[in-house]
Amino acid sequence: MIPMIDIRNAEKTFVMHLQDGIRLPVVRNVSFHVAPGECVVLSGPSGAGKSSILKMIFGNYRCDGGTIGVRHNGDVIDIATAEPREILGVRRDTIGYVSQFLRAVPRVAAIDVVAEPLLVAAVTREEARARAGALLKRLNIPERLWKLPPSTFSGGEQQRVNIARGFISDLPILLLDEPTASLDAANRAVVVELVAEKKRAGVAMVAIVHDDEVRHLIADRLVDVASFAAAAA
Amino acid sequence: MLDVTANSGHRAAPVPASDEPLLVAANLGKSYGRLAACRDVSFELYSGEVLAIVGESGSGKSTLLQILSGQLASTTGSVAYRMRDGVTRDLATMGEAERRFLFRTDWGFVHQDPAMGLRMAVSAGANVGERLMAVGHNHYGKIRDTASSWLERVEISPERIDDAPRTYSGGMRQRLQIARNLVTEPRLVFMDEPTGGLDVSVQARLLDMMRTLVSELGLSAIVVTHDLAVARLLSHRVMVMQGGRVIETGLTDQVLDDPREPYTQLLVSSILPA
Repeated sequence: MIPMIDIRNAEKTFVMHLQDGIRLPVVRNVSFHVAPGECVVLSGPSGAGKSSILKMIFGNYRCDGGTIGVRHNGDVIDIATAEPREILGVRRDTIGYVSQFLRAVPRVAAIDVVAEPLLVAAVTREEARARAGALLKRLNIPERLWKLPPSTFSGGEQQRVNIARGFISDLPILLLDEPTASLDAANRAVVVELVAEKKRAGVAMVAIVHDDEVRHLIADRLVDVASFAAAAA
Repeated sequence: MLDVTANSGHRAAPVPASDEPLLVAANLGKSYGRLAACRDVSFELYSGEVLAIVGESGSGKSTLLQILSGQLASTTGSVAYRMRDGVTRDLATMGEAERRFLFRTDWGFVHQDPAMGLRMAVSAGANVGERLMAVGHNHYGKIRDTASSWLERVEISPERIDDAPRTYSGGMRQRLQIARNLVTEPRLVFMDEPTGGLDVSVQARLLDMMRTLVSELGLSAIVVTHDLAVARLLSHRVMVMQGGRVIETGLTDQVLDDPREPYTQLLVSSILPA
C-alpha cells in the first residue's frame, strides 16, 4: 500500500543564538511510514523528540535534513522543502493536528471553534454547527457551555474542545499530541472510539500517548523515538 | 490572552489557491544619501494571503510599506500589481491619477492613527460613503444603507451614523477606519500597526474582527507590526526585518515557534508571558 506519510532520514537541531550559539541536536535519521487507516504511536522517554517529530510533519518546525513525504491531493509533497503556500494547502486539505493545549481566540464560542475547520472546507454554517454540537455532546461538554469562549473552561473541557476541533474534519492525516492527557476514563474511551472510526475511514494517524491502556487500544505499530536520538557527538 | 499558536489550529484562515501572484516586490531598496532605509527586499503575495512584516522601530518596515503602497518611490527595484482585469502592471509606470484611483478602490490603507485615515469632522456615514462615491455610487439612500450595514459589521451602532468620528473612542475610530477601507471591496489592504495605539482589551476585539473580515472577504493584506501576537493571529506568512533587510521569512507559526536567526530568537524570547 502506498504510505500517506513517508519520512526518510529527517533530522532536527536547534541552535540557540542567545545561549552562545549552543547546538541542541533533537533527532537524527528519523525514518518511518504510515499507511492509510493505520495509527502509529511514537514511544520513548520525555525529551526524546516525539513532539518535535509531529511538529516537523505539520511544518511547524523546520526540518534540517532528509525528507518528509506526504500524500496531498494525489501528489507527494516534501514538507521539508515545501513553500509556505504549499504547507498551508496541506493543512487545509490533508493534515489535521490536535495539540496538547487549546489556546483560545478571544470571543469565539466553543461551538464555532470546533466548527471552523468545516467552514474552511466550505461546509454550510448550519451543518458545521450541527456536527460540532454532536461531537461536543459525545465528548460530554454540556450544551450550556457551547456558546461560551473556551478560555473560561477547565483544562479537561478545553482539551475536549480541542479534540472535537481536530476530529471534526475529514482530513486523511491526523497528528495527535497527547489527546487523552487530562481526560477522565469515560472521555478517554470516547477518544479511543473516535480514533477507531478514523481508522475505518482510512485516516493515517501519528500519535503520542503516555497512557499505557490507551496506547494499547489505539496503536497498530510503535515507533521508538529513542532510536532516533541525536546525542551531542 | 492574545497568545494564540498555530499548532492549536487557530491560525489565520487558509489561502485559496491562485496561480498568479497579486503583488510582486523585486529587489526593493530605498536610501537617503548614504543611509539605506531598506534594501534587497523581494517577495510575492498571493490572493487571500496575509503577510506580516515585523521588526523593531527603525528596521525599515514602515518605509517598505510606503513603497509597496506606491506612496514613496524606491531607489532600486520595482513593485508589480495584478489589476482587476488580470494585467500585471509596474506601479512606477502608472500615472499619478491611475495610482490614486487604485488606492481609492482596489486597495485599502489602515493607518495606526485613525485620524490620518478618516475625516474627523464629517459624519461616520460620510466617511464610509465617500469611498463609495469615489467608485461611482451616487444614490444617497443606497450609500447610506451600505454605510449603515458596514457600521454594524464593524460593531458600531448604526445610531451613531450621523456623529463625527471625533466623538468616537479610539477603538471605534479604528473600526470605522476599517469600514471605510473595506466598503469598496478592495483586494489588498495595507495596515500600519493597526492595533498600535489601543488598549489591550480593545486590541483583542479589533484583532478578532479583522481576522473574521479578512477570511470572509478573502482579502490579501500586508500588515506592519512590532507585535508578534498580531502577526500570529492575522498572518499566514511573516518577514522579519532588521537594519533595513529581510533577515528571516516563512510560515508565521514556523518562524515564531522555530526561529532561526539570532535577532528573531531575541524577538520571540522577549515576549513577556501574560
